Amino acid sequence: MYHAVTIALILTMSLALIRAVLGPSLYDRVLAVNMLGTKTVLLLSVIAFLFGRPDFLDLALAYALINFIGVLAVLEFFRRRAEQARSTDSGES
Amino acid sequence: MLENLLDVFSWLLLSAGGFFVFVGGLGALRMPDFYTRMHAAGVTDSIAPILIISGIILQAGLSLASVKLIAILLFLLLTGPTASNALASAALLAGKEPGQARPFDKESLS
Repeated sequence: MYHAVTIALILTMSLALIRAVLGPSLYDRVLAVNMLGTKTVLLLSVIAFLFGRPDFLDLALAYALINFIGVLAVLEFFRRRAEQARSTDSGES
Repeated sequence: MLENLLDVFSWLLLSAGGFFVFVGGLGALRMPDFYTRMHAAGVTDSIAPILIISGIILQAGLSLASVKLIAILLFLLLTGPTASNALASAALLAGKEPGQARPFDKESLS
């Protein structure tokens, strides 16, 4: 049964990767990468039991934190850039 | 008897989690608009971790591994909606308008 969940997770990760490559806007890519990170955490915790190595759970825990901080940092960067672009637009007009 | 029941129940949870993960991934690829894609990705951020990790917890029993799994589930449930909220507000601030897409809009599917 772990095999089926692992296959579903890997399929979904490849779908998210396709969306990240296709994604017309920047936010689509961020959404797809965030989804990929969540699926990676789930995949690590399933693989820990599939292979019988509970050490992988620590990796999953660390990866969840890193993924969250990374997405928030990228979004803050984009938000600041959008606000800057808006303020320069209104200053010129 | 009880162990068999637990096995069946955890298999049910795991396969339901796999189903929701796959449906969410398919929706995130096929939906026509950014906000509808976010709606589909939210499925894999909220219900899929609950189902999959509770299925694994039923297999793990009472041990250190299940404590770690509960910590992972709590982190995912705290951070997933926060990241989605930050993403939606950033997209709205950048001027993306919701409700623009029509169903089966060929141009926006590419």
